[in-house]
Amino acid sequence: MTSRANRASKPLMIASTGFVLIWVFIAAFPFVWTLWGSFKVQGDFFSKADWRYALNGTRTAIETGGLFTGAGYEGAWVQQEFWRAALNTGIVVLFTVLISLTLGTLGGYALARSGHNYAFWLLMIALVFRAMPHITLVSGYLLPFFEWNLWGHLPTTIIVLVAINQPFTLWMLHSFFLNIPKDLDESAKVDGCTQFQAFRHVIIPVMWPGVITTGLFSFLLAYNDFAVTSMLLSKDNQTMVPAIAGFLGSTFEEGNVMFAVAAVVSATAPLFVLVMFFQRQIVSGLTAGAVKG
Amino acid sequence: MAHRTFFWFILPSLAAMLLFIALPLVSVAVQSLHIEHEQVLKVTKNCGPFGCKEETTVDAEATRVLRDQKPLGRFNGLKTYFDRGHLATAEVAQAWQERSSLGGFLADLYNLPLYKAIGFTLVYTFVVTPLVIVLGLAIALGVNRVTPILKGPTIFVSLLPMIVTPLIGSLILFWMIDAQGIIGKSLQYFFDDPELSLKASPALTWMTLIVYGIWHSAPFAFVVFYAGLQTVNSDSLEAAQIDGANRWQQLRYVVIPHLMPLVIFISLIQLMDNFRVFEPIVGFSAQANATSLSFIIFNDLRGDVMRFNSAAATSVLTILGVTILLLPVLIRTWRDFKGKAI
Repeated sequence: MTSRANRASKPLMIASTGFVLIWVFIAAFPFVWTLWGSFKVQGDFFSKADWRYALNGTRTAIETGGLFTGAGYEGAWVQQEFWRAALNTGIVVLFTVLISLTLGTLGGYALARSGHNYAFWLLMIALVFRAMPHITLVSGYLLPFFEWNLWGHLPTTIIVLVAINQPFTLWMLHSFFLNIPKDLDESAKVDGCTQFQAFRHVIIPVMWPGVITTGLFSFLLAYNDFAVTSMLLSKDNQTMVPAIAGFLGSTFEEGNVMFAVAAVVSATAPLFVLVMFFQRQIVSGLTAGAVKG
Repeated sequence: MAHRTFFWFILPSLAAMLLFIALPLVSVAVQSLHIEHEQVLKVTKNCGPFGCKEETTVDAEATRVLRDQKPLGRFNGLKTYFDRGHLATAEVAQAWQERSSLGGFLADLYNLPLYKAIGFTLVYTFVVTPLVIVLGLAIALGVNRVTPILKGPTIFVSLLPMIVTPLIGSLILFWMIDAQGIIGKSLQYFFDDPELSLKASPALTWMTLIVYGIWHSAPFAFVVFYAGLQTVNSDSLEAAQIDGANRWQQLRYVVIPHLMPLVIFISLIQLMDNFRVFEPIVGFSAQANATSLSFIIFNDLRGDVMRFNSAAATSVLTILGVTILLLPVLIRTWRDFKGKAI
């Protein structure tokens, strides 16, 4: 930043800072507002009378006696058993990430080390597969899954999410493995290792940064999915996102919206924590694709 | 790497993709050529005191048995593709013959479900993608200039709209734009119109969805561009300055050419992702005014009667659309690859 070329004039500096602050506000305000509102009653969150109710919690004070209320959270987690959905999400996400990383590292490593034409074509096919809207695939699954009694179970959904995740995982890990010098495993092979032994003893110890980054994106895909989980899981096995959609669909009676608001905040919290701890990996993951793209 | 080793390494991943991506595509194609069995009718003779009558009734039991035995239904050829719910060739031809103006024809077209969905999907894709690139670049340039202390928090906050579950993100905004929510109320106050509701008219709904799309995707473009800006060669910038280039010219002739590969990358990813726009329509309950290809497939599969053939036909058409969208990229990559080989 010492370079003369990067020194900005004062008005420009102020303008760009202002612009960035406006963007930060646009990006963050909806979350802050919803978090704040989730501790109010519906009359405040949707203030018919006066928008300031949302800030000073007039209706909340009248209805519950306090300025904040956990009624929405209690309704969602206890009454509507949102914890079940949270548990299911946990299981689906954990296994999806583990399995897709296992398959992805093997495949990505092979693609990065094979100089043959078919490796290129496989990557191209993976790109086309990545572009397929998930719901079109779901419409292919439904009928066979009904017939074979596979529909509604968590393992089915996990395998489907793993498969949908593969194209992206392969691309990402492929580019990470390209960055690991070829000499490493070549020299191991010279010392008498088989390809798999070279992978096992030389590559695995150094691949973790790339794997963690890829794992984050697998996590996000599985956690954020709505098309697959809402169509392939039975009501008992529902994960969080379809469960939230269910809150809205069922009834629009007083208070139920607040269950959904509380559930939304609960489901966003883990993502918040994720960004907080893994900001650097997420950024590097987004750009790694770009550099190779 | 030897062919054999390669094969064993890639096998699990390839098997997963073949079983759950390639086969479903075949399954969709097969399903789209079939249609549910017609109800089995039976004719019974009903003899009463005033003579005999023949009655035709639906044999529910036989229908159920038939449908259970052959869940795929009967072969229907390409008829599903051309019916009113899909390409609607007859209706389109009629609308074209009776058109009073091009606008009138398009309005007729918009009343057909598939064309309505295609209309929104294309508008969404081709409006959101360029705006995301422009806004992302603007934010990246802005963040590049602010004091270093602000950079970390800005990036943290910027990642949130992108990382949040699309359905949840759209719900959060949906509650805010509600006529009683904060943005909805503010807009009513701002435009001095107490009846104003963003959910009422198609135009406003489309705008809302597009604004959501930009909010959701701009961070992605921002992060990629920001990383790209860190690698701009400061020597060339300085050289441009010495040659008397002003800020705009530096941006136009040094920075943007440097970022061009990233623009292509972001457009590619954004085109793919925006074309499958789906969750926002569910989140904003916008189906009355805006539907997308993904949404009408979802809608066919959701109801009490699942219309597999209809969903499958739309899916096949959607896949064709995606392929057309990707074709330029694939051709370009193929040329690059050929060029490298020679």
